[in-house]
Amino acid sequence: MHSAPDTIFRTLADPTRRAIFERLAREGEQTVGALTSQSGVSQPAVSKHLAMLKLAGLVRDRPEGRLTHYSAEPQGLKPLIDWMALYGAFWRDRFDALENLLNRMDQ
Amino acid sequence: MTEFATTTRSLVVERDMPHPPEKIWRALTQAPLIEAWLMKNDFQPTVGHKFNFRAAPIHGWNGVTDCEVLEIIPCQRLVYSWNASGDQAPDGLKTIVTWTLKPSQNGTHVRMEQSGFRPQDDAGYRGMSGGWPRILGRLEDVAARS
Repeated sequence: MHSAPDTIFRTLADPTRRAIFERLAREGEQTVGALTSQSGVSQPAVSKHLAMLKLAGLVRDRPEGRLTHYSAEPQGLKPLIDWMALYGAFWRDRFDALENLLNRMDQ
Repeated sequence: MTEFATTTRSLVVERDMPHPPEKIWRALTQAPLIEAWLMKNDFQPTVGHKFNFRAAPIHGWNGVTDCEVLEIIPCQRLVYSWNASGDQAPDGLKTIVTWTLKPSQNGTHVRMEQSGFRPQDDAGYRGMSGGWPRILGRLEDVAARS
């Protein structure tokens, strides 16, 4: 189940939360402790941000012993993909390829 | 968390091509020729035939499109469904692709309409073309608009 775009926008509107999400997306799985050391806010605050990111479907967690590892959910931003813009570019490109093929084909 | 709406939108791409409709029809309906300009496929020109288009997967997309031939009028009109596949099907795209060929002065007017885009398929995330770096680069813009 994906979150509505509004929920994702709202969740990522907070700069600290966005920074945490970007770090997970860029650097891969991390613990709360590792995230806290670079975030400039307290560990409970980081935990709270992670909980909201998880609720929005942007982050997933993997418990291992007493530690929980967090990672970015690759599917999380899917509701934001603009399929019409993507397919507009896609089909124009394919039309070019079709014309190239027609030029190479016999009658 | 679903906010379904009943209105859908269409995407139209059209172009005049200096080739006869019969030749273009072959490029649209013969699997090896389709692959040469579109994607790997197991298309057959039979109404009711179910087939796939297959591309390399990217982040957030498994690369597979589920299709079914819905209508065929040789050299004039070809309609097939164009849907998300597998575990991405329930929330994914459900569209219809309609090809129309009309003889024109110098060849054929080729029109492709992809219809059925729902508002939840289009959240205004312009210019995204796959991959985290680009998405991340735009998060700030996105957040600024919310």
